[in-house]
Amino acid sequence: MKQGDTISAVATAFGTAGIGIIRMSGENSIAIADKVFTAMNNKSLMTAPDRSVIFGHVKDANGEIIDEAIVLIMRSPKSYTMENVVEIQCHGGVEALRAVLRRTFEAGARPAERGEFTKRAFLNGRLDLSQAQAVLDIIQAKTPTALKAAENQLLGKTSSQIKKIRREILKIVAHIEALIDFPEDDVEDIVINEIDKKIELQIEEAQEILNNQHRGKLLREGLKVAIIGKPNVGKSSLLNYLTQSERAIVTDIPGTTRDVIEEFIDFRGIPLKLIDMAGIRDTDNPIEKIGINRAVSYIEDADIIFALFDISRSFSDEDSRILDLIRNRQVLILLTKSDLPAKINTMRIKEYSKEEVIPISIKTDSGIDSIFKFISKKIEKDSLEMSFVGNERESIILSDSIKHMKEARDAIEHDLGLDFVSIDLRSALELFSKLTGESVDEDVIDEIFSKFCIGK
Amino acid sequence: MFLEDRYDVIVIGAGHAGIEAALATARLGCKTLLATLSLENLAMMPCNPSIGGPAKGNLVREVDALGGEMGVAADKTCIQFRTLNTGKGFAVQALRAQADKRMYQFFMKSVCENTCNLDLKQLLIEDIITENDKIIGVTTETNETFLANAVILASGTYLGGRIIIGESIFNGGPNGQRAANKLSDSLKNCGIRLMRFKTGTPARVDGRTIDFSKMEIQCGVDENQNFSFITETPVINKAVCYLTYTNKRTHDILKKNLHRAPMANGVIEGVGPRYCPSIESKIIRFPDKDRHQLFLEPEGLGTQEFYVQGMSTSMPADVQIEFLRTIPGLENVKIMRHGYAIEYDCIDPLQLKQTLEFKNIAGLFSAGQSNGSSGYEEAAAQGIIAGINAAAFVKNTEPLILKRSEGYIGVLIDDLVTKGTDEPYRMLTSRAEYRLLLRHDNADIRLTPHAIRIGLASPERVEKFKTKITEIEVASNKLNETRITPCKEINEKLKSVDIGEIHTTMPIADLIKRPGVTYEKLRKIFDLPNISRNSAKQIEISLFYSGYIQKQSELADKMLNLEKISIPDDINYNLIQNLRFEAKEKLSKIRPCSIGQATRISGVSPADISVLIVWLKSIPKK
Ligand SMILES: Nc1nc2c(ncn2[C@@H]2O[C@H](COP(=O)(O)OP(=O)(O)OP(=O)(O)O)[C@@H](O)[C@H]2O)c(=O)[nH]1
Ligand SMILES: [Mg+2]
Repeated sequence: MKQGDTISAVATAFGTAGIGIIRMSGENSIAIADKVFTAMNNKSLMTAPDRSVIFGHVKDANGEIIDEAIVLIMRSPKSYTMENVVEIQCHGGVEALRAVLRRTFEAGARPAERGEFTKRAFLNGRLDLSQAQAVLDIIQAKTPTALKAAENQLLGKTSSQIKKIRREILKIVAHIEALIDFPEDDVEDIVINEIDKKIELQIEEAQEILNNQHRGKLLREGLKVAIIGKPNVGKSSLLNYLTQSERAIVTDIPGTTRDVIEEFIDFRGIPLKLIDMAGIRDTDNPIEKIGINRAVSYIEDADIIFALFDISRSFSDEDSRILDLIRNRQVLILLTKSDLPAKINTMRIKEYSKEEVIPISIKTDSGIDSIFKFISKKIEKDSLEMSFVGNERESIILSDSIKHMKEARDAIEHDLGLDFVSIDLRSALELFSKLTGESVDEDVIDEIFSKFCIGK
Repeated sequence: MFLEDRYDVIVIGAGHAGIEAALATARLGCKTLLATLSLENLAMMPCNPSIGGPAKGNLVREVDALGGEMGVAADKTCIQFRTLNTGKGFAVQALRAQADKRMYQFFMKSVCENTCNLDLKQLLIEDIITENDKIIGVTTETNETFLANAVILASGTYLGGRIIIGESIFNGGPNGQRAANKLSDSLKNCGIRLMRFKTGTPARVDGRTIDFSKMEIQCGVDENQNFSFITETPVINKAVCYLTYTNKRTHDILKKNLHRAPMANGVIEGVGPRYCPSIESKIIRFPDKDRHQLFLEPEGLGTQEFYVQGMSTSMPADVQIEFLRTIPGLENVKIMRHGYAIEYDCIDPLQLKQTLEFKNIAGLFSAGQSNGSSGYEEAAAQGIIAGINAAAFVKNTEPLILKRSEGYIGVLIDDLVTKGTDEPYRMLTSRAEYRLLLRHDNADIRLTPHAIRIGLASPERVEKFKTKITEIEVASNKLNETRITPCKEINEKLKSVDIGEIHTTMPIADLIKRPGVTYEKLRKIFDLPNISRNSAKQIEISLFYSGYIQKQSELADKMLNLEKISIPDDINYNLIQNLRFEAKEKLSKIRPCSIGQATRISGVSPADISVLIVWLKSIPKK
């Protein structure tokens, strides 16, 4: 059995080399890829040979370049799902990856459900029977709490808002349907302008959710990591090391960094926003002072703090000030310059933190693995990928429902009749129900009978 | 026990379901017995004298399109017609008519009496006889046995009927009829689950005691429309209805006597329909409403009886007359029949297949109010399907299962057998997800091909249908082939019939997509065939609303893919580990025949459906 529609999802959110892959499967996947992707050689993907690798750009609806990408085409049946499969490898980091995914939706793909690629592979006979159980397990996976929390990020925060919009639309639909199903009953007439205004209001509400909250904040901005420490401990060096750049100026003069430097990185699959700032110390320099004040406020805002202590110098008052700042915070303590002879007395630090203290050196590349382990322990990598897709799916649903509400207003404007207003609004309700898990038919009918006195 | 006769099909009950069922089987060549408690009351309308309305009118048209009788009878015997919802969109427009109840019954009786293969008998059936989970016949009160290959239960509200008027309670069917008390036990003994439902009706009052001058007149509208696609003559309006309102005094009397209302004091156990509340429950549920409307509707031309629409009640007789007399125009009214509530047994429709055959008793079908529905039209719709499928069962041919995208009949039956119902089920347009496709104007295009294939369409119907289809085809082709380019001559031509200028080359079909442009207008200025008004309307509707219609067709097609994945009869849901408990329970109970049907079962999640699809794939093909 061939599934009609084409599904799309992030296959690997962040590869080791900073590459994210979007995978599509279905009859139209090549056509959809062709719409969003322009090859360097300007040739259509439709005629591209099977298993070919094509360089080019993903462009938005206006033809603006979103990202540089490589497309891999696997034609049916020689693919994992036995359907036409296209993989788009993107290089532009998380934001671009999201944008490319969105583009595939705009071009006609729909978000894949959990385990759907595997399910299709199975249904199309790609996997053998013994694997059926595994597929079933994926579909009805018991969700770990962390995953659940990530997936429901949108719903957790905004479900009450969505439910409110849904209620309002439901009320309008029920009123129209009551008039349609019981035209000879004593149901008050509809003032079409009022309905129009009400719909407009709900569109605004939905748009608001979409604008503000629909993207998992975590994923849009990455995990905020504040790198703090007294001057000259090697904060900027660490930032440069992790970003593989010369983004921050590094000198052996304490107080080099005066401003806040934010850099977005893909740390082996985990999106991080590294924040380097002025070393914290007492100073008379007004500019440095402002920098330090700002640093303190960034520390408050961070998801995780890397607190750096210089192994090659002895523990100082400035270091104890750092310990004060990180009290009760999610913190990773790093002893920098571990390639140099240790002078620091770590007693005070260990007293302070139960977490292990990790010595690192960017000169000898040591300790970086431990940093990675620490972070992935804090945030399950899977949960990020799921919420990434989950939120994208939700925002698609929301913007589709806005489209239907707008169509309802068009129907009003063109005087097509209440029936059409209701049909469009019901399509919107149908979508809201996907988010809130309620059923439309019964709800409309219940609402009719509870609100309107109807009957012979 | 005395063996009276042998039939192909026996239909129990000659109400709106039974008649359509029996006519269908007889017309399809099955030797049929139509058994009724009282030959006087065949095709009786025990409730309001009205046929059609939104969704219900579509059902009448669909029954007609399939070769049924209800539409023809309504056209012949109705005395007032109105098209409803005219301003709200063409898909929800519906015809509704006031019936002359006696004339309707006479007409139907004579149709039955003049149908070949059909025996009409006054009998009270008390037992159904089964053998190895298969129906073999029925036994009557007078101990006669009739054998049959198939039996259709169409017993309406007669099963274990109990009439309640205030404190007076007695066994009986509607309108002073007998009840069928023993059949319920017989069904239960066959392992059939029954439910107890309730419905009610208002008083009938004497027209000579009504002061119509205090009421608003509701006239019919001379519609150029019929229920039946084969009726030629236009309908004639011969009667009017009257509108008046309750007031505070009416409500006070009802409130004062609420403790005597059977539904308040616990006498009634059955579940009543929400869309047909008694006046006493309206007062309770909508305390802020200071008046409720009521219509006085003639029960027929040859009678003074008027039906008090909107005032359904089971209050005691003395309260009924007291509150009616507070209403303007009814100050001196005399009641001819009291309003009453009726409780009755019906089967839980979840036990039925989509053919309306019982899953556990081969050859036993059920249709109409005994399936938990309400309304004449809903009954007739199930009746004709049960008839068609009983005949298919007897002849061992393909059954007819209408899809939800094919007809309100499909929605009705699918809802009943998939979702079940906890109140008498009424058809509503809001229950249909593809109502733009299920318009009353295209019922013949949707369903008459089935009737022709099955053999239920009369030669006259076949002829009319083919003419219409050809007209539409020829005219549509012409509309698409005739292309016009913007030039002075064309634009002036268009202007002569009030059509705005064109700016690009287009087929003239595109002009119909503009508001106000009709086929007739275009025919004045272009060379187009002269076709019937109905054919022209089909073309106009499908062009003007093509965007919306297209969208719903696509949705319907998508759903169809899921309907095509069938689920074997013998599947054991308990073996599928990954189904959630609730899903296992529901699926085991309802036993859907396809994945599509399974998606509509409440409590079965999309993940369960995925699991089911994968599971089906994993069982080895036989
Ligand atoms: N040996 C050794 N030197 C390092 C290491 N990391 C940083 N350094 C040196 O330490 C000095 C200070 O490094 P920065 O990265 O500028 O320190 P910072 O914390 O950003 O300093 P401010 O911006 O002034 O607060 C430089 O001379 C670096 O080369 C390391 O792992 N090993
Ligand atoms: Mg620095």
